[in-house]
Amino acid sequence: MNRRSALKTFGLIGASAVFAEPLRAKDKKGDPEFVGVLVDTTRCAGCRSCEYACAEANGLPEPDDDDEAMFASERQPSVTQWSVVNRYETDVGEVFAKKQCMHCCQPACATACLTRAMLKTTQGPVVWRESKCMGCRFCMLSCPFDIPKFEYDSPVPKIQKCRLCWERLQEGEQPACVEECPEEALLFGTRKELLDIAKSRIYGEPDKYVHNIYGEHEVGGTGWLYLSPVPFEQLGLRTDLGTDPYPELTKEFLYAVPIILTLWPAFLLGVSNATKREKGDSEE
Amino acid sequence: MTTGKLLMPAAAHGRESILRFLLRELKPKGSIITVFNMISIPIILLGAVLLFIRFTRGLGSVTNLSQDYPWGLWIGFDVITGVAFAGGAYVITFMVYVLGLKKYRPIVRVTVLNGFLAYVFYAGALLLDLGRPWNVVNPIIGNSFGVSSVLFLVAWHFLLYMIAEFIEFSPAVAEWLGLKRLRRALAGLTLGAVVVGITLSTLHQSGLGALFLMAKAKIHPLWYSEFIPILFFVSSIAAGLSMVIFEGTISHRVFRTQIDEDHHRSHDDIVRGLAKVCAYAMLIYLFLKELEFVHGQEWQYLRTPMGYWYLTEIIGFVLIPCLLFMHSVRTGSIGLIRFAAILTLVGIVLNRLNVSIIAFKWYEIVRYYPTWMEIEITLAVIASEIWVFRWIVNRMPVLRKSPSWVTDERKSPTPATTKEEIKWKASTM
Repeated sequence: MNRRSALKTFGLIGASAVFAEPLRAKDKKGDPEFVGVLVDTTRCAGCRSCEYACAEANGLPEPDDDDEAMFASERQPSVTQWSVVNRYETDVGEVFAKKQCMHCCQPACATACLTRAMLKTTQGPVVWRESKCMGCRFCMLSCPFDIPKFEYDSPVPKIQKCRLCWERLQEGEQPACVEECPEEALLFGTRKELLDIAKSRIYGEPDKYVHNIYGEHEVGGTGWLYLSPVPFEQLGLRTDLGTDPYPELTKEFLYAVPIILTLWPAFLLGVSNATKREKGDSEE
Repeated sequence: MTTGKLLMPAAAHGRESILRFLLRELKPKGSIITVFNMISIPIILLGAVLLFIRFTRGLGSVTNLSQDYPWGLWIGFDVITGVAFAGGAYVITFMVYVLGLKKYRPIVRVTVLNGFLAYVFYAGALLLDLGRPWNVVNPIIGNSFGVSSVLFLVAWHFLLYMIAEFIEFSPAVAEWLGLKRLRRALAGLTLGAVVVGITLSTLHQSGLGALFLMAKAKIHPLWYSEFIPILFFVSSIAAGLSMVIFEGTISHRVFRTQIDEDHHRSHDDIVRGLAKVCAYAMLIYLFLKELEFVHGQEWQYLRTPMGYWYLTEIIGFVLIPCLLFMHSVRTGSIGLIRFAAILTLVGIVLNRLNVSIIAFKWYEIVRYYPTWMEIEITLAVIASEIWVFRWIVNRMPVLRKSPSWVTDERKSPTPATTKEEIKWKASTM
């Protein structure tokens, strides 16, 4: 191989390296100014007002008002219902818990998104942008909470999930569900404030709560935080997710990419040159 | 069809326009009524109808995909398994162009063509699965680079690799069109394209595994591992070469007339060589799997249904074909090698489907299984690829030797000549 073809090769490699380089999986680590919501499940009465408020604020169909039917089995958020309240039979009797996007501090979905359609905003809400999304559903595969939902029955499908009322926040309002909650089971604020409040509640009534806040450390911290009278597994919350932020799972692989992109071609060209010289063969 | 006629398109169209030549070449060669056509045409037509429904009514109208299983057969088999099967191209070009093992030169073109078409069709099948395919250009044109995404890397590498593979194959196109100067220019790019291609393959074969790293809580611990990228890469070597062996078996029957005596004779030797590489790659793979198994302390899972399934995959479709490869290299039995290659291919299908579908959310009560329509469309994609493959092999020097003007050029490499002489020579071509 001559110098010119070596240059050509490195040129091509260089061009491809540019596109694979900057890896900013975790540049917003634990930002204390992210906003979130504290859910105190000891206060929730299961009235489902938050479900109605969510539907109205986001133009979704009104939820079914038959409470007994709705509580019969555990529901998951869906394309038409971004927030659902479930009833759980626990050690201390019936406990209600709301389920929606957790707005992770370092979201797997936004890391997985190759078009930045799923975006962690600087204020904290994770939003989805229609004009960017190509519908690959990698966010769904990656999300540890199985939150993003896809419209399988539409030729122009969207990803549907809670946006923490992003538009309302811009106008200085609170998320619709928080505003409508009659029991003050939901509390809106910055993560830092909410963690302080949650801890003081646990200290104030140590017998009422388990001494943990779900979301403080789970998957590197989430915007939604849960207080519970029973272990979190009993409220349908996964406790096997670990405390490492999800982007860390792919970080090592992505860091290896620029290294392989630069070292591998040099190695290959070197070997190719060595084997060729030995045989005095210049044939392409 | 007659081979004599096939060998001379380059010379024959010296005077006539390229356009007319292309029009003539577009026509089918050989009989239209063959068993393969009679099976594949209805499959492709039905596939087209189903795809029309899929694009007008949404993915849910033809697939069993759900909120719990966002990726099904089209990703798990078409893309992830298909790309592993296409791994032969980077392994063979590595052996021939980087290691200089000339023995494998006769199979380079057909392997590269297979690899290229596999990427076009199977990675292209990704478009069928995208909910909003019109936005597929977003990560390419730069209005939204999701650089932290493994899929971003994979998408770019697919695109760049297809270009690299096309460059590697392009001399065959130039020979078909009789463009001598272009052929020489394109052949000069080969080594560069090969080096780029191997690098890209290393990264996106492993990248396909890395896609599942964030599904940590959803994949059965026997299949989830932080080493998935490396396991995918190493197994793609065995997958790609087994595909080369398997495909070669079929090509040598179907396109028998195109292959000259020398190639026929050397083919068994080539297959034995490939079997040896396969055996080594699978030994490394087994070692890595075992290492991961021991480190992950996964003994507890073995005596569960998923554990038995895991053992089926590892013993039945990795260890046994690996031993068969080793045994048959010694005895020289080509039949056994082919059998081992098929077992390996099944093993790769199992492994990729396990990671992406079967061991994915193994705890769910309602599991995903593909609809007949998903399978039908997959078959249509495969059938279309074979059509294009056949069209090209029947026209371009892929299996048969290059036209005589290429070999003449190779035999008399311009010795120390001045630039003027080269120019003069080129202008007379």
